[in-house]
Amino acid sequence: MGEPGTKELLSLEELEGAVVGLRTGRKHILSILVENRPGVLTRVSGLFARRGFNIDTLVVGPTDDPRFSRITLTLDGAMHPIDQVTKQLHKLVEVLKIRDLEPEDTLARELAVFKIAADGVSRAEVMQIVEIFRAKTVDVTKRSIIVEVVGTQDKVDAFEKLVRPFGLIEMARTGEIAIARGRAET
Amino acid sequence: MECLKAEGVDVIFGYPGGANLPTYDAIYDSGIRHVLVRHEAGGGHAAEGYAKATGKVGVCFATSGPGATNIVTPLTDAMMDSVPVVFFTGQVRTDLLGTDGFQEADTFGITMPIVKHSFMITHPTEIPRIVHEAFHIARTGRPGPVLIDMPVDLTRVEIDYKPVTDVRLPGYQPTLEGNQKQIRLAAKALANAHRPVIYAGGGVINANASDELVALATADRFPVTCTLMGLGGFPAPHDQWLGMLGMHGTRAANYAMDEADLIVAVGARFDDRITGKLDEFAPRAKFVHIDVDPAEISKNVPAHIPIVGDAKNILARLADEYGKLEADPARLSAWWERIEDWRRRHPLSFQDSTDSEIKPQFMVQALYEATGGEAIVASDVGQHQMWTAQHFHFNAPRRWINSGGLGTMGFGLPAAIGAAIGNPEIPTILITGDASIQMNIQELGTIAEHGVPVKVFVMNNGYLGMVRQWQELFWDKRYSQVDMGSWPDFVKLADAYGIAGHRFADKATLVEDVRRVIAAPGPAFVDVRVTREENTYPMISPGAAARDMVG
Repeated sequence: MGEPGTKELLSLEELEGAVVGLRTGRKHILSILVENRPGVLTRVSGLFARRGFNIDTLVVGPTDDPRFSRITLTLDGAMHPIDQVTKQLHKLVEVLKIRDLEPEDTLARELAVFKIAADGVSRAEVMQIVEIFRAKTVDVTKRSIIVEVVGTQDKVDAFEKLVRPFGLIEMARTGEIAIARGRAET
Repeated sequence: MECLKAEGVDVIFGYPGGANLPTYDAIYDSGIRHVLVRHEAGGGHAAEGYAKATGKVGVCFATSGPGATNIVTPLTDAMMDSVPVVFFTGQVRTDLLGTDGFQEADTFGITMPIVKHSFMITHPTEIPRIVHEAFHIARTGRPGPVLIDMPVDLTRVEIDYKPVTDVRLPGYQPTLEGNQKQIRLAAKALANAHRPVIYAGGGVINANASDELVALATADRFPVTCTLMGLGGFPAPHDQWLGMLGMHGTRAANYAMDEADLIVAVGARFDDRITGKLDEFAPRAKFVHIDVDPAEISKNVPAHIPIVGDAKNILARLADEYGKLEADPARLSAWWERIEDWRRRHPLSFQDSTDSEIKPQFMVQALYEATGGEAIVASDVGQHQMWTAQHFHFNAPRRWINSGGLGTMGFGLPAAIGAAIGNPEIPTILITGDASIQMNIQELGTIAEHGVPVKVFVMNNGYLGMVRQWQELFWDKRYSQVDMGSWPDFVKLADAYGIAGHRFADKATLVEDVRRVIAAPGPAFVDVRVTREENTYPMISPGAAARDMVG
């Protein structure tokens, strides 16, 4: 390809690799630092609705600096052009920083609580699964238990799949929060 | 008011009401001109017209509730066409917020998807900073509308105004510079292109980059086409000017895009009215895309060489870099032969009448001839808009005021008012349709009161012309709800407003008639009777490819 700054010409055939709406096909975790002001979450979620982007999970919480909040959201890269999503988000004045977190360099965690129908016979089996997942039993009644699981989305999914046959009464999940590994800021 | 003066605001378009009384009391002796419109939508469009004609930020005031909901259309219009306008809306008292109080509407919530940014005042001392931030956001980067919602109790408080000179918004840092390496790459691509086209949009006007566009185009013999919003960005007529592109563009422009090997898009967004069927749009071309908004790049069409930044500085540097390459202009000869052939075979034309009947295209040509092209031309939306875009040749930027993205009927009259007030140096004419004009006709009152010298020309065919055309072409001529009849009598209506009214129906005298109207001082309202069933051609049918243009 023609070196910049030289008169060597550039063949148009060499211009490749431009695509519209590249779908990566994997799950993406976006960590979005926003100003802590009323209406910011509406702006972000409204943007997703308007542009037809589906959010899988969305978590908002404070950061170490009270002026800012962090929105962590996960979405499916097979469905959405992630670069278009982040560019549109960047146009919001109150969005300060967006990181599309690389899965291997990211520590992601979700908290989930499960209420499972577990009487005498099945309880032991459920407890065994709880043990394997390093989950915690936080409430026990005669006919049910409540279990708390912390882990990646995949781990929580796996736990759900295993306990569902016992009778999953209800479940609540927070959605993932995430932070970049290592010294650098997310 | 001090904030507005510091921002250089010389005119406000607005309408008072209960929730902005303190603001209007401050206007009373502020020394800033206020134009009282007859409907808040008119105020919003007038502020847009002012901004488009001057390049300055337009200002519009409206009260709470219905005042605010009435500006939803101009807000959306300004968002779609990147027009810098700051809207100030009144709001109910802080203690009534959320109680469904009288004339309360959730303005902040309603307008959230249609603003570049918006603010809700929560404390009087924030007002100066927020006003300055609003103007900064509206004016810079990709321009757009900003809304400030002001609870009435917070605007009653006396505060000390201290100028805010340092607007710092950490989340808002538009890229303006343009990457040098990318610019060099683009220059090289241009130097190697054999069938290049420059495709310029409204961004060139917004960036005041017309001179730089001409400089790049004439750095070699690059053909240029503009979008509806970009007209005037490149001076027409011109040897290298192909005419407008898109659905009702010229064949030369659309065919050139179709066969191009390199397209340099500047401040344009590959709208569906431009591309037609996206899969078949410019199938042989590589794209250089210059835009100040990174989100536009590779949104609809892939950019092989994206350059984010201000068109003015990028085009100048691109022309400069291109010059250094000393490319051989002869490589474009075959391309120009092809283009000349299209031009020869497919000029913009129409079948003129054989009697005195005025064809709508003839009407636009008559207006062009009568003004010598020296006029600001506002339009509404529909057939008349397309015919004006085709047959009126815009030789300078900020002369063509129309609603492109949103396509807002009723935009024209108030926008013409704003343009005429913003630029009184040359005449402002409005070319509108008999349907569009009735959507904001109350603004004739504004024109009369302020003596705004807008000359209104209604292209009157008694139809919702563009809808009728589509029903004729795509719905078996089943004309459903498009015949507007002959109401009102526009001459009498003008008379009721105290505006000079005329009716012209003879093509032989039309140019002279128009000259007389334009030469007369003050406003005028002219009902021009044109052929009823005339179609706007050529046309790319919706969803078709450019090479399959009809008409």
